[in-house]
Amino acid sequence: MLRNWRQRVSLTDVIVWAIGVVLAAGVIYGTIVTLRAEIYAGRTWIDLTITGLALGGVYALIALGYTLVYGILKMINFAHGEVFMSGPFTAVFLAIYLDNIGFLNTHPIISLLMITILSATVATTIAVLLERIAYKPLRGAPRLVPLITAIGASFFLQYTFRGLYGSGIKAYPEIDVLQGSWEIAGISIVKTQAVSIVGAVLMMLVIWGISRFTRVGKAMRAVSEDQEVSALMGIDVDRTIMNTFALGGAAAGVAGILYVLLFPIVNFFMGFIPGLKAFTAAVLGGIGNPIGAFLGAMVLGLIEAIGPSLFLTGLGIPAPYQLKDALAFVILVLILIFRPTGILGERISRTKA
Amino acid sequence: MNKKIFTLLSLLVLASMILAACAPAATEAPAEPAATEAPAEPEESAATEAPAPTEAPAEPEAPSGDMAYECSDEIGCVDIAPGDPVHIAYALVLSTADETLGVDSRNGIEIAVEDRGQIAGHAILLDGEDEQCSAEGGQAAAAKLAADPSIVAVIGTSCSSAARVAVPLLSQAGFTIISPSNTALDLTIAGNENQHPGYARTAHSDSVQGKAAAEFVYNELGLRKAATIHDGSLYAEQLQGVFAEEFQALGGEITGQEAVDPNQTDFISVLTSIAAGEPEIIYYPIFIAAGSLITRQAKDTTGLEDVVLMGADGMFSPDVMEGAGDAVEGLYVSSPDFTVFGDAYETDFVPKYEEMFGTGPLSIFHAHAYDAFMIAADAIEKVAVQDADGTLHIPRQALRDAVYATENHVGMTGNLTCTPTGDCADPHIAVYEYHAGEFPPEKVWP
Amino acid sequence: MTEKQSSLWKTAISVGLVVGGISLLLSLVGMVAAFNERDIITGAFTMGQLLLFSPLIVGGYAALLRSQEKSLVRGLFGGVLTGFFGGLVLTALLVIGQQADLRLMFPNASPELYSIISFGVEPPLSYVVPLIYGAIFGIIGAGLELLPTRVRSAVLTASLWVIVLGLFRDMFFLIPVLTRPGPITTIFRWIFGPSGLSVPAAIILFVTVFGINFWRFGRPKPATPRRGFSEQNRTVRWIVIAIASVILLLLPQVLGIFFTEVLDNVGIYLIMALGLNIVVGYAGLLDLGYVAFFAIGAYTMGVLTSPELGFFNLNFWAALPFALLATTLSGVILGLPVLRMRGDYLAIVTLGFGEIVRILALSEWLRPYIGGTQGIQQIAIPVSDYILEILNTQALFYYLILAGCLVVGFIAWRLKDSRLGRSWIALREDEDVAQAMGLNTVTTKLLAFATGATFAGLSGAIFASKLNSAYPHSFDLMVSIFVLCIIIIGGMGSIPGAILGSFFLIGLPELLRGFSEFRLLVVGAVMVAMMLIKPEGLWPEERRRLELHEGESEPAEVVEEEFAPVGSSPD
Repeated sequence: MLRNWRQRVSLTDVIVWAIGVVLAAGVIYGTIVTLRAEIYAGRTWIDLTITGLALGGVYALIALGYTLVYGILKMINFAHGEVFMSGPFTAVFLAIYLDNIGFLNTHPIISLLMITILSATVATTIAVLLERIAYKPLRGAPRLVPLITAIGASFFLQYTFRGLYGSGIKAYPEIDVLQGSWEIAGISIVKTQAVSIVGAVLMMLVIWGISRFTRVGKAMRAVSEDQEVSALMGIDVDRTIMNTFALGGAAAGVAGILYVLLFPIVNFFMGFIPGLKAFTAAVLGGIGNPIGAFLGAMVLGLIEAIGPSLFLTGLGIPAPYQLKDALAFVILVLILIFRPTGILGERISRTKA
Repeated sequence: MNKKIFTLLSLLVLASMILAACAPAATEAPAEPAATEAPAEPEESAATEAPAPTEAPAEPEAPSGDMAYECSDEIGCVDIAPGDPVHIAYALVLSTADETLGVDSRNGIEIAVEDRGQIAGHAILLDGEDEQCSAEGGQAAAAKLAADPSIVAVIGTSCSSAARVAVPLLSQAGFTIISPSNTALDLTIAGNENQHPGYARTAHSDSVQGKAAAEFVYNELGLRKAATIHDGSLYAEQLQGVFAEEFQALGGEITGQEAVDPNQTDFISVLTSIAAGEPEIIYYPIFIAAGSLITRQAKDTTGLEDVVLMGADGMFSPDVMEGAGDAVEGLYVSSPDFTVFGDAYETDFVPKYEEMFGTGPLSIFHAHAYDAFMIAADAIEKVAVQDADGTLHIPRQALRDAVYATENHVGMTGNLTCTPTGDCADPHIAVYEYHAGEFPPEKVWP
Repeated sequence: MTEKQSSLWKTAISVGLVVGGISLLLSLVGMVAAFNERDIITGAFTMGQLLLFSPLIVGGYAALLRSQEKSLVRGLFGGVLTGFFGGLVLTALLVIGQQADLRLMFPNASPELYSIISFGVEPPLSYVVPLIYGAIFGIIGAGLELLPTRVRSAVLTASLWVIVLGLFRDMFFLIPVLTRPGPITTIFRWIFGPSGLSVPAAIILFVTVFGINFWRFGRPKPATPRRGFSEQNRTVRWIVIAIASVILLLLPQVLGIFFTEVLDNVGIYLIMALGLNIVVGYAGLLDLGYVAFFAIGAYTMGVLTSPELGFFNLNFWAALPFALLATTLSGVILGLPVLRMRGDYLAIVTLGFGEIVRILALSEWLRPYIGGTQGIQQIAIPVSDYILEILNTQALFYYLILAGCLVVGFIAWRLKDSRLGRSWIALREDEDVAQAMGLNTVTTKLLAFATGATFAGLSGAIFASKLNSAYPHSFDLMVSIFVLCIIIIGGMGSIPGAILGSFFLIGLPELLRGFSEFRLLVVGAVMVAMMLIKPEGLWPEERRRLELHEGESEPAEVVEEEFAPVGSSPD
């Protein structure tokens, strides 16, 4: 029995596990110290949690785009962050226009709907164009090639939009009806956060529904299982891939509007970091797995919101929120050490990488 | 580009270099004069003038050929043929997130050029480089400028991090450098590593603004507990540091000092964390994007509904009105005091700015840039010597001395007198308060 | 209409609209206006106009290519049609722009832009102008397609030369020697006008290159194996090396301070590229956080030598080994947790590592040790101040960086053919099989990370010393991505490719400083284009090229050549 164990576990595994244990210990220690010192009231933790959830919801929608594409093409669409940006950055002009003519506040729901549709349309268009022009010709290439193309496309899109709309920031006009907070069960939730969380969940359900119950969705799942057999079964693989990108793009477009409800400022650079975060979230949850993407995003959102306060203040670290991204990545490494394919693991499509 | 073309191109380059190496008196020699004549280039396009290798600083004079004037300046002279322009360059941040700062300063310089028309009877050639608000950017920009000996003076840099690397290069090249917006303290402290001959600035240093803000909060608003947020930029970090120091010296308490990323959008967590310390005011001397969002989100953070919010000159912009929406009401910002700029500012400068650039002033150092240029221009006119045949000679060291000797220069930003180490600013810091829908904000102090 | 005709119309219209859209995009993004300052040929046309027209020319070419029209008349007609529809898009812009101020949404849609598009003609006549020149350029494009290949290639090459030289005019005048009065200067002043090439020079250049290309194209290509040094005459080799060395040593003096600075930056990135080449190119480990090692090298140098922080106060050379040691160790430390990760997980974790290092460098927490936002100042330089009097900073560091590049390049070159190098390649090809063959994947991977890290550390240490300071803002994700782009565009795993890539990605933008706001746009487009057309890079490693063009009828001859000497006697 002992001999068996020695054979299966190598020195490196031990070292890696040791690193993981040390990190985990640090995190737990920090948490305990913080909670015992009672630096923050219970109220604060609730606020932070809700913020984390709202953030997570937005990341989830973007992460979904990443994971859908990965599931089918086994590639990371680095330019997805820019697809996300294109929607709200274009729709802002409509929003400003509607605000100027007063329509925005008299008919907030219709306005919001119009803005969201525009955002989703633009994002979908960009996503599909991206696929047709940059990714389709590279279907069979080794994985680094589409990755580089994606990075190049990301720059290109960023700076094209910068050139088109200018390098400054634009702000979404406020919708009066959505200002302030709601009191629910004694907790006050900022309205926009609530809308964002609800919107994210709704959108996830819609996408799940599409994936499970419609032909298009079934085709997507089939192609991500096995491309060749799907083709043999009569599925138009090309079309399906395009649909996947379109769906991911639409999700990103909607995510964009939910995002600007929370953070009403847009500029050409706004997609880069949320894109990275969403990608991290997708990997965290297990890339290729939509539920994993959602879970990973929620976890990431929570870590960003609560993490610094929870783990780091106890350890006496000044300005803990400056380290929130570093913390998120450390947690990512931690999780990947113990579960190398992410929290929920990769989708079981066994084509060799 | 296929390999053949590349090989051909490189052969061409190689050939020209070998040719160059063979040309008489072409290479090496630290004995080369640092400043040579500006060649007769009649066009005033953006093309840079022809440079010479710039080596060691202390040089013998440029051999002046058949000129009647003998340049006896320690560094050397710039000789400008009749009809040629006086070349003044800028080194400002024109790309990256901070570009409004540099673009705004450049606009100020362009207005000054327009107002001035000419220097000592010669037209003005203005061009320059982008220093990208970073050390490496500053070095690259300075290297390019230093390669051009026709440059008389450089207005720059925008950012202090670039300055620390750029100024030594430019100083070594013999230029006079006047910065419109460097605020780091060490650049003008005598004996400091980063203080170089030929450098001056028309901007106040961070110590002034931070102190003023602290005094305002403590004395005027009567608040005792403050928290600060900076965004990781040198400027914001130093400013809030000075604020914190002064505030504590006055007797106040700093409940927390946080830092964020300038591209960040979610600040509620940070703000919630700050709220735990129950500050009465949050001072965040950062820039528009992050600053507007913090202003907004503070209102939504439990515990911070009544807290006073204050920023610095990075947030003195109409974009903040848009970005923060209604939450902008009651936001304070410290900034150079525009009201002491004199009537000429309101009646001439701003309308001219709008006419030339299609927008109101983008940032706050345009007037400082204007003054920097004017000081340089005045100094040039003071020391320049016109030759019998119309050639203008500008002795470089004398120019520097003239700039340092500037006294009571009536500039847009006030009455400027330069110290021997290059502080020319006449700092007046004021605090303004935003009201929803109104720009510019209302001055409330002093 | 016959079927052929209608398909011609359809192709022309669709292609025309697309290229019109591209012209429109270039205009709205601001490139046309920004580049309009630069003349290519003095007084004749500007870079901005070139940008506006080239899509139309390409359109005419592409439409004809697509529709496979052979007849001259119909072909040219197709060109006219395509160009016309391309111009139509621009006309639409002019019309709309006249009615409404588009600048609220598109700040670049200014009257200046409109006047460039319409050649200064006032509306309503201006509406016709794009249609006219659209048709003209469409014909030119179509004509190009109809030309015999030999002529066409010659024309294109010649045009390329004219454009490139015209664009880089200003660069020539920054070379120190070219500005003193003298025969060479006079010649150059004649060749170039105040902006761009002068008309006579342009014509002569065009004709010359056209002639050369035309003549060379005609001759049959000899079936030579790819150039191998070992076959050439040894004495010739040594002479070449000697000349090259002399030139390299004299370069800073000849080129002046600005170009030396450019070369310095190219060199710094080259050292990094050679390192990443090993990690990504040889071993196939996708590292997106390479900047971390760059930062660690720089910061170690800073912490050890800066009197400001005051901890150690070593000099440059004493601190250098420690900096290298620190980065090598961190390479191993990074390598450990990611040992079991593949592909995309590896990518994101390494990216995370890069970010962690940057954030820690920036943090308040570590500020007392490594300077925080304010960075570290007064980092030591390799020589005493006295020497700086004779040799300026850029030249000094040029020699240091040159030495660094040579050392690193040599190591990389030798490693490639060594046992370790082959282990890496085996790892890259198929990790499981490699392990099954007895390769110790752990040590191999760790060695890859460590070597790559060391190179980056060297580069970082030199970088910090050159700037006398280290700020956390210099070490962001973009640096990692840039280095990755360099080796991809140059050719992964290929050392000459890394050199080429560095020049293109670092040197070129420095030379085109005026257009820095479009730099990443162009880089992005180039990357996409390269991956679509030539994914193995500009100067690829042989194996890679074969890999990526599998299935295409290629290297039968190469294989023969390789085998010929060996198989001289049947075995």
